[in-house]
Amino acid sequence: MVGSNVLTQRLLKLWLPLLLYGVFLLFPFAWMLIVSLKPDQLLLDTRRNPFALTSVTLNNYRYLLTETEFPRWIWNTMVVTVGATLLSLACSILIGYALGRFQFRGGNTIGIAIFLLYLVPPTLLFIPLSQIVAGFKLYNTYWSLILVYPTFLIPFASWLLMGYFRTISKELEDAALVDGATRLRAMTQIVLPLAIPGVLSAAIFCFTLSWNEFLYALVLMGSGDMKTVPVGVVSDLIKADVYFWGALMAAGILGSVPVAAAYAFLVDNYVSGLTAGATKG
Amino acid sequence: MFTSCLTVGAWESLMSVVTAKAEPDPGQQTAGRARARFWDREAPLAYLFMIPGLLILLLFMGYPFFLGIYLSLTDKMVGFADFSFVGLENYQLLLDDPVFHRTVANTLIYSFVTVPFKLVLGLGLALVLNQTFRFSRFVRAGLLLPWIVPTAISSLAWLMLFDSVLSPVSWVLKDWGVIQSNINFLGDRWNAISAICVANVWRGLPFFAISILAGLQAVAPELHEAAALDGANAWQRFVAVTLPTIRNIILITTLFSIIFTFSDFQLIYVLTKGGPASSTHVFGTYAYQTMGFSALGQAAAIALSMLPFLAIFAAILLREIRKED
Repeated sequence: MVGSNVLTQRLLKLWLPLLLYGVFLLFPFAWMLIVSLKPDQLLLDTRRNPFALTSVTLNNYRYLLTETEFPRWIWNTMVVTVGATLLSLACSILIGYALGRFQFRGGNTIGIAIFLLYLVPPTLLFIPLSQIVAGFKLYNTYWSLILVYPTFLIPFASWLLMGYFRTISKELEDAALVDGATRLRAMTQIVLPLAIPGVLSAAIFCFTLSWNEFLYALVLMGSGDMKTVPVGVVSDLIKADVYFWGALMAAGILGSVPVAAAYAFLVDNYVSGLTAGATKG
Repeated sequence: MFTSCLTVGAWESLMSVVTAKAEPDPGQQTAGRARARFWDREAPLAYLFMIPGLLILLLFMGYPFFLGIYLSLTDKMVGFADFSFVGLENYQLLLDDPVFHRTVANTLIYSFVTVPFKLVLGLGLALVLNQTFRFSRFVRAGLLLPWIVPTAISSLAWLMLFDSVLSPVSWVLKDWGVIQSNINFLGDRWNAISAICVANVWRGLPFFAISILAGLQAVAPELHEAAALDGANAWQRFVAVTLPTIRNIILITTLFSIIFTFSDFQLIYVLTKGGPASSTHVFGTYAYQTMGFSALGQAAAIALSMLPFLAIFAAILLREIRKED
């Protein structure tokens, strides 16, 4: 009696709502997967049940990988993402360290200013920025995005790292200084290794955000074979009114994998570790 | 972009900065003045450390900001070297532009109407996920997908779900006999705006859920137990114990969401490109379209019109965050 009551409770409070949320949140992905595996004649036959996969084909994936520029878009996105992530990390570690561990006049104000910069959206700046990038002769080059993406990566990553550096005890570093280590040595050999979880979160954050960015990529690097995945998929796989649905959905699946993987890689850290530390206050 | 995809860890860490009470470092206070000198010498190094980052921010954020203001006061066209200063003319044109009026209305509808849905559904999901159960990590990660994958790409899925011919939603409703012919989701202004809002709620819901979840984990179980002993039922405990603890996180998350949605671009660009007949534009897509017509000054003015709104949202957000300290 009691046991079945607990089970009903559990079903009503946990599994049923989870199922409903799951259907709503995952339905578009399931749909993408179905369409990407469907042969064209099945897809375009509107009398059939659209969810039924009576036959499966990998043609859409083959088409995408061999007949379109998709592999090149992946490469472009990779170059830009890695470049922007490394550059942003380098800058953000320095800023985060300075704001989190040094006391100096204006430190607080700069911290708040950097936070406010995080709220400045690309939609506000993309028009003048396109002129500036053209002026620097960077239009449609990898450098355009590698240099521009840090404008939204640095503010957030610096804040994140500033918070992280603050949690690392000052005594450790002071002890190293007393023992005769230089400031740089204490930083790179004592503090930085301890901050690695924070740096990794910042890296994942920069990676996914760069991979997903759309507007700057469209305006600054959106022509010829220089497109990134999101821009290439949206602008080249949709020609006027012709939709290559199968290939589009295949691109959606393949284009989501890197970020989903990057994120899954650290999901344990995120939800357990950081939250525990995060919510002490 | 932006809009959508902070990673969870990054977001939670930000929340930690936001929620962590600034505890004065006891060492610092007691050491007092003697130590102040030592810290003073850190200033040059601190400034040195910040130079590379600030240089990038200055060059690609500060400079375009002021260039944008300047451009919006000129009649610059793409591809023409000559242009002249026209004062506030571009803004004056916007005041009489029906498409711009609709753009403002759309952006506000889009930013605010979606909030209660994201909030209530996100809170619900957070409460569900806050229970302990098997595979909880896996489930959490899975349900966060809408927020993690590139919006441009997930919007393509929605584009097909809203297709006038191939939409499976229409197919199911027809099959059930609810409708006779396919719904023209994106072909009519209000249909399209509703469709865009649904996709936005879908994308933003996990963001609310994960932020609120971080807050829920800070709720002391003892408080719940004490309240339960005093005879409070689940709802009363939620209102008296849980809600006050997560109130500020909810407020801050909401403000972030409003700011990001307000400045969204890709979801609308992929779903409607601002159509039909320029009736579903938001600031970003309208500015982009105007730039496509090569009217750079006018486009800059449209984009800059977001500024007063953003400034108000940011001011409220900053006040809330400082209150937290």
